[in-house]
Amino acid sequence: METIKTTIIDYQHYLTATEIAAIEHEASIMETREAAGIEALKVVQAHRGWISDESLFAISDLLSVPIAQLEGVATFYNLIYRQPVGQYVIHLCNSIACHLTGADSVLVAIKQYLNIDYGQTTTDGKFTLLSNACLGGCDKAPAMMIGIEHFQHLSPESAVDILQQIAAKGEVNG
Amino acid sequence: MAEHTSNKPLKPLTQWVNLQQPLSFDDYCQAGGYQGSKIALQYSRNEVLEIVKKSGLKGRGGAGFPTGMKWSFVPMFTDGDEEAPDNKYLVANADEMEPGTFKDRLLLEGVPHQLVEAMIIAAYTIGANKAYIFLRGEYYLAAKRLQDAIDQAYQNNWLGEKIQGSSYSMDLYIHCSAGRYICGEETALINALEGKRAIPRAKPPFPQISGLFGKPTIVNNVETLCNLPHILKNGIAWFQAISPNSDAGSKIYSACGRVKNPGLWELPMGPTLGEVLYDYAGGLQDGLKFRGLLPGGASTDFLVAEHLDTPMDFDSIAKVGSRLGTGGLIVLDDKNCPVAMVLNLMRFFAQESCGWCTPCRDGTPWAVEVLTRIEQGQGKIQDLDTLAKLCDFMWIGKTHCALAPGAVEPLRSALKYFHDDFLQHIEHGCCHYNPSMSAKRTKVSQDQVTNIHKYQSVKPPQPPKVGQ
Repeated sequence: METIKTTIIDYQHYLTATEIAAIEHEASIMETREAAGIEALKVVQAHRGWISDESLFAISDLLSVPIAQLEGVATFYNLIYRQPVGQYVIHLCNSIACHLTGADSVLVAIKQYLNIDYGQTTTDGKFTLLSNACLGGCDKAPAMMIGIEHFQHLSPESAVDILQQIAAKGEVNG
Repeated sequence: MAEHTSNKPLKPLTQWVNLQQPLSFDDYCQAGGYQGSKIALQYSRNEVLEIVKKSGLKGRGGAGFPTGMKWSFVPMFTDGDEEAPDNKYLVANADEMEPGTFKDRLLLEGVPHQLVEAMIIAAYTIGANKAYIFLRGEYYLAAKRLQDAIDQAYQNNWLGEKIQGSSYSMDLYIHCSAGRYICGEETALINALEGKRAIPRAKPPFPQISGLFGKPTIVNNVETLCNLPHILKNGIAWFQAISPNSDAGSKIYSACGRVKNPGLWELPMGPTLGEVLYDYAGGLQDGLKFRGLLPGGASTDFLVAEHLDTPMDFDSIAKVGSRLGTGGLIVLDDKNCPVAMVLNLMRFFAQESCGWCTPCRDGTPWAVEVLTRIEQGQGKIQDLDTLAKLCDFMWIGKTHCALAPGAVEPLRSALKYFHDDFLQHIEHGCCHYNPSMSAKRTKVSQDQVTNIHKYQSVKPPQPPKVGQ
């Protein structure tokens, strides 16, 4: 019979002082430590790009939240990545206003330009393509979000232009 | 009541909106801000509650529940009562994620101090010393601007200990979510704030009695809250006089889809659908004709040309078989396929279903499968019966929250108003809006359609609203 491998991660050795301080701040404004779980996941993801199993175990240790419960939270949300992602994650809105105004053609253009499908990352590790529920830019549809920037009034051409600029500059600026 | 006579705004919510550079604390005060909260702090809690009750303010998040009545369920309200619960919470629901809805974003990014002031009034009234803004994760700009406003409010003693020399203290925090539609449902939102998986809670107990961390909690929509400073400042009579309609106050309406001028407009409650569509949104883009619209976000029933004279208030829209919802029109033109539109909506609901209860977890993907088949020209006439049955399986009373009933609304109304389009897909084995979709001919006749007609004659009651 195979034994179940368990991993215990001591948060103090795994998380940085900056990460711990940010998470402790979030925990301090809530009534319980577990309530800081989502913020903790976001803090660690901001520093490391995604939530690895080790990161999950460390946060679980820091907040005294069962690993299974934290995993349930981590996998529940669209903006927490439990797999490695590229340097820039493209969240292309596929909700109704964007659908009615031609988001499908934007999607085709992005897929062809990057040669990836939803959920995949380019071979150079620069871009990951994900769909996103309504971004709240319905009057300026179609819309997408890369990093913390929102891009609106997209056409197949302008979407590819934006990606080219980001790839060239190495940074997102609206 | 403070019944000023001059400068009574007709567009209270958006009069100070500046998306480029929102008003700083000083500018906001100079424009007339933090006067409503000042007045509120001079009243007793009961007096403020009475004002809000009498104003007739209804929730703007979709359900349209009277705000004052919601607050009155919080146990308390005898000043100096030692027995009243000590901890209570106010939460602003800024998890705006209803497809086709972008009104709260305008208020959050354009005039963040207004929400802070509004939350002071609301929290004071229900006796909450801690309040949270539950903000959707994608609204990064709103998060930054709100935090700036909160910091300035702390610096000027509008938040923190003993606000403006009163005995009332209050802390206000932002919680940025990580993207999930169900968090807009108030009990799911409370679970999310507690760090739990965001599934709705069974009611009762209602959050007003036992909500966040088991304490009395009020969850209000951003637009609802933003009315408060103006009601306190300008009075009940002013608020009710804004609208000639049965519903008091103003409302932010919007339109999206292929219209000439998509956008947001704050109008007195109750313009007709046609006015918003043609006078404000400019009608359909050149070369397109109007087919139908969803009057208040993705989870409302389709309305068509015959309904365009209907006023956009809660009761009138309900009378013609839909809901005012968030007041955001999603307009369908004649070059977009209604079946594809419903499929897109259903995919959204299937993806965002939290998975807690079976009708929603299984029903929404099932509907997606059937709709995909029809849209791709591989549907059978029996599929229409299946869809009608699914509308029943996912209806109110069979699910824990309003997500699945919300998904049913566009579907059941599309089956009614765009029945010919569904039939055409099935009969011709293709989508005639997008003929490249794979074709498989299955000839059927109209008389084979059975249950679908029976279904249409049944009109279920109006559901409460989920999400933003």
